[in-house]
Amino acid sequence: MREIDLESTPVRELNRELHDSIAGTWRVLNPRGAHALAVGIHAPLRIEIAGHAGYYCAGMNQEGTVIIEGNVATGVAENMMSGLVHVYGHASQSAGATAHGGLLIIEGDASARCGISMKGVEIVVKGSVGHMSAFMGQAGALVVHGDAGDALGDSLYEAKLFVRGRVASLGADCVEKEMREEHLASLTALLERSGSDADAKDFRRYGSSRKLYNFQGDHASHY
Amino acid sequence: MCGIAGLFLKNPDSEKDLGAMLAPMLETLCGRGPDSAGFAIYDATTPEGTFKVSLYHPDIAFDWQGLANELQARTGQPVKHSVNSTHALFHIAAHEAEIRAVLAEVVADVTIMSLGRRIQIMKETGTPHDVVSRFGVHGMRGSHAIGHTRMATESAVTTAGSHPFSTGRDLCLVHNGSLSNHSRLRKTLQREGIDFRTDNDTEVAAGYLSWRLQQGLTLQEALEASLQDLDGFFTFAVGTAEGFAVLRDPIACKPAVLAETADYVAMASEYRALAGLPGIEHARLWEPEPAVIYNWSRS
Repeated sequence: MREIDLESTPVRELNRELHDSIAGTWRVLNPRGAHALAVGIHAPLRIEIAGHAGYYCAGMNQEGTVIIEGNVATGVAENMMSGLVHVYGHASQSAGATAHGGLLIIEGDASARCGISMKGVEIVVKGSVGHMSAFMGQAGALVVHGDAGDALGDSLYEAKLFVRGRVASLGADCVEKEMREEHLASLTALLERSGSDADAKDFRRYGSSRKLYNFQGDHASHY
Repeated sequence: MCGIAGLFLKNPDSEKDLGAMLAPMLETLCGRGPDSAGFAIYDATTPEGTFKVSLYHPDIAFDWQGLANELQARTGQPVKHSVNSTHALFHIAAHEAEIRAVLAEVVADVTIMSLGRRIQIMKETGTPHDVVSRFGVHGMRGSHAIGHTRMATESAVTTAGSHPFSTGRDLCLVHNGSLSNHSRLRKTLQREGIDFRTDNDTEVAAGYLSWRLQQGLTLQEALEASLQDLDGFFTFAVGTAEGFAVLRDPIACKPAVLAETADYVAMASEYRALAGLPGIEHARLWEPEPAVIYNWSRS
């Protein structure tokens, strides 16, 4: 394991070293909310961040495992392609934004717009999520153990949403759907991979009613 | 983008450290606002009938002693003052209206940055590092403070366009965001008798709060009303004689992080700005909810 202390090493140097590596484990000390930690990883590296991280932590991750032992600011794992990002604290807004793949686990809460425009990532939030989560979600799954804020799944495409707690309100075109066996099976597997002992049966499923997919002439006067 | 910060000390023993805690917060927020900076510090209350008046003149060599002599002659009361760079803090025993009238008559080019019994606003163009060092923030004392680092998007980079904006006696506002309806609202408020000196959108928000408070609303009610009447993005920090309040708009695009320990409550646009505070590793940290008013007060 290699230790990098951000008290004495610039973030660019850390990221350059990660970009130039194909394997290994790093422990990042004194992150103190610094932005852009461990962005652009494209190898199966393991990075442990010993504290709170700033904006865009683990953005664009491919294959890497990034553990954050604190809170993260806006846009954790944004545009992730594959790999694992595990936040032990809370996440600020737009967690997992536009991410195509991989698994994002948040042990605490995530605030507004969690999974905005998600394109295939799996996001498991052990706490609650804020308003407009999964906005324009195209593919992937968002699992919320706690509550969801207003306008969940607004303008949703094919992302699958599972919420155990209360949903403040559903966004345009987002509806509750039947939890069939296939959903229970996939959710159970995802919960297990996320280290959650929650029962898939306690969750409700939400998805797109697909009414916004095409322009409808009947509604022309509303535009 | 802009950076905002607030710091409220629960423990009076720490008051000597307020500036030393606030200065690095503002310096760290340089990345969010490098073109100007400002702050409001709340310290010892003046005796009944005496106001602290923070005045500004762009000329560093301005004759503040001459102004003090003139004010003393006009009010018939002793006037104390101390100069700090382009600003001077006056203690004047007179009615607010009299102070404003005399100043307008004697020195039309001097600006009143703040007036109250506890508040002192200071602000300037330049990087937060320059502004903090120019005013000697590290050595300042007080019970609480709010601050701002500006990246101008709506109007010119000037001292007058910097934050905080005074919103009345011992009240001020800092803002991260942009308001969409400030032009129309400015006209409405001007008709109601509120004066504006810049094209700045935040000055309109400050004028709006002043107007609501003049109507007799409490600060809580005025902030609640602002959620209906202000269109745009904002995270506000509002300084009051006894504490400070935080409010984010319902969309909540503009960030804010709060930290609370047994000794203080701190607020900043980013956690980075809080990372150097004593005991931060044990603080309760959270993100303020959209459209919820948070308020801390010593009273």
